[in-house]
Amino acid sequence: MLSQTLQYLFSGLTNGAIYALAALGFSLIYNASGVINFAQGEFIMLGGVSAVMLTSAGVPLPLAIFLAVLITAAAGLLLEKLAIEPAGNAEVVSLIIITIGASIFFQGVAQVVFGKGQRALAPFTGDAPIMLAGASLLPQSLWMIGTGAVIVLALAWFFERTRLGKALLATAHNRLAAQLVGINTRHVLAVSFVLSAALGAIAGVVSAPITLTSYDVGIMLGLKGFVAATLGGLGSAVGAVAGGLILGLMEALAAGYISSAYKDAVPFVLIILILFFMPRGLFGARVTERV
Amino acid sequence: MRRTLLHTLSGLVMAGMLAAPAFAQAPIKIGSVLSVTGPGSFLGDPEIKTFELYIEKINAEGGVLGRKLQLINYDDGTDANKANGFTKRLIEEDKVDIIIGGTTTGSTMAMVPLVEKAEIPFISLAGAVVIIEPVKKWVFKTPHTDRMAAEKVFEDMKKRGITKFGLLSENSGFGQSGKKETHAVAGKYGMQIVADEMYGPKDADVTTQLTKIKNTPGVQAIFVFGFGQGPAVVTKNYGQLGIAVPMYQSHGVASEQYIKLSGKAADGVRLPAAALLVANALPGSDAQKPVVVGYEKAYKDRFKQEVSTFGGHAYDGLMIAVGAFKRAGSTDKAKVRDAIEQTKGFVGTGGVVNMSPTDHLGLDLSAFRMLEIRNGDWTLAK
Repeated sequence: MLSQTLQYLFSGLTNGAIYALAALGFSLIYNASGVINFAQGEFIMLGGVSAVMLTSAGVPLPLAIFLAVLITAAAGLLLEKLAIEPAGNAEVVSLIIITIGASIFFQGVAQVVFGKGQRALAPFTGDAPIMLAGASLLPQSLWMIGTGAVIVLALAWFFERTRLGKALLATAHNRLAAQLVGINTRHVLAVSFVLSAALGAIAGVVSAPITLTSYDVGIMLGLKGFVAATLGGLGSAVGAVAGGLILGLMEALAAGYISSAYKDAVPFVLIILILFFMPRGLFGARVTERV
Repeated sequence: MRRTLLHTLSGLVMAGMLAAPAFAQAPIKIGSVLSVTGPGSFLGDPEIKTFELYIEKINAEGGVLGRKLQLINYDDGTDANKANGFTKRLIEEDKVDIIIGGTTTGSTMAMVPLVEKAEIPFISLAGAVVIIEPVKKWVFKTPHTDRMAAEKVFEDMKKRGITKFGLLSENSGFGQSGKKETHAVAGKYGMQIVADEMYGPKDADVTTQLTKIKNTPGVQAIFVFGFGQGPAVVTKNYGQLGIAVPMYQSHGVASEQYIKLSGKAADGVRLPAAALLVANALPGSDAQKPVVVGYEKAYKDRFKQEVSTFGGHAYDGLMIAVGAFKRAGSTDKAKVRDAIEQTKGFVGTGGVVNMSPTDHLGLDLSAFRMLEIRNGDWTLAK
């Protein structure tokens, strides 16, 4: 009985870690621009897909990961330079719609370059499961959880301790005021897209051994990541991770103790309730909307 | 632009000069709606390639009834609504002589009312049994049904003394139709479904559902009904949990990709599949051997890709249509329909087809082979 519950928790943690990694990218870009980037799922896909292509071409894994992150960051930069920046001072809603278009474009390109099949990336440290009290966990799940923790710390350091990070936050709070104190706000937006693309790529690479990867894997990851980010509170890195883990655990426990037929419904109902009573999510800043 | 113009011109001139009297007549128009893109693309892609390959071949050999075959295909992007619209176009604007296709059950069912109304022969390439049950006058299909897959699995379970199993089905159209049919025929074979769980096609971890099945008292086997990457995740998790009872998969995973994605965990998994997958392992006496070996070679030579059963379904559909045109001696729709219904002893990649007014599929359980994955390859289960 204990081992059964433990297995449900492990399953929830595995899925939750994937959602958490996806949610972090949403948080970063929202923090910097107020934009919800619906191409975030595609950054994750690009990271995973590029890493698989590179390793199958014989590139060693660490170098492949590095290149995959670089490729995806370049895609993020292109998206910002070619689509977001020309839109100028368009409203946030318009920018969000642009990101939806970009996501479809990225999927199309990946479909042509990568093909329509699914592929798996080899796990970083083997696939012999770790046994604990009769339940099993894949080492890759630990990699995902560890990566998530490192990213949260890195983001906290970045936003609180670096000039660039503070500039990002300032721009998000008030673009005009940020310009007045000498921040190059255009530059800041580009940086935020590059960073969240790189973050997405890392998430994609670390989770690819478990989620498997294909040109359309970003749709699900993007959706669940967005839900997790909203649940935790948009803009909060800790919230993104908490939101992801909670979502994953809720799904697993719902499947285990209620019915796997309602697995997807139960968390979404809970999310509606949470957002109804806490509209800014669990860890969201308690601020009123700027008008 | 100039080039294409030149090509067209030279084509016209050639046609004018060489126009063999044999091709003086208008071509036979074969319409199709396939899911070449979208989630069903791994089905539609080999289907369209098969059509192109064999229509080219047939035309090079002189066509059918002295007329060339012309393929008019629309890609529905795995969207049933689009399939409906494109079918209308095939019937009203392109005025095709027959329609082959409808890659998914959803697309096919969206096309059925139109072809029934227009009274045009229609051979579907989709799986579910609802397409031909109840029998619809103008609708035929080539792939095995999910019910047959369940029956074949139960036959094998019986042989191994298994009577109680856990079902894990995908919450997709394919998985749910399979679940329904599994429930429908389990009783007939004396099988008992002791656990009934579901998973999503994009789930990354299903150890929860597998743990539940594993801990259900009396479970002797696990039967998974799904296709695409989901069953591969299930298989990996099955290996991760070290589950001892045997696993069965449906015909939905019958592709090389499944073995590659699942890795070592797939060893020992059994599934029903068409003879095409084990073309070279078939005994020389097998009636299907020459057909499947021939198709495999032609497809591999041309596209440098592994064959899948889905392309095989397209081959069967096209050849049944060609046979019917020949026997009908014309493209008269009613005559062609009757000829398709009278198809007897046609050896295709899916099996030996014997159609009748009450059976618009014409395959029996012998069309399925029980395969077992051994050392990363398909073998015939003993």
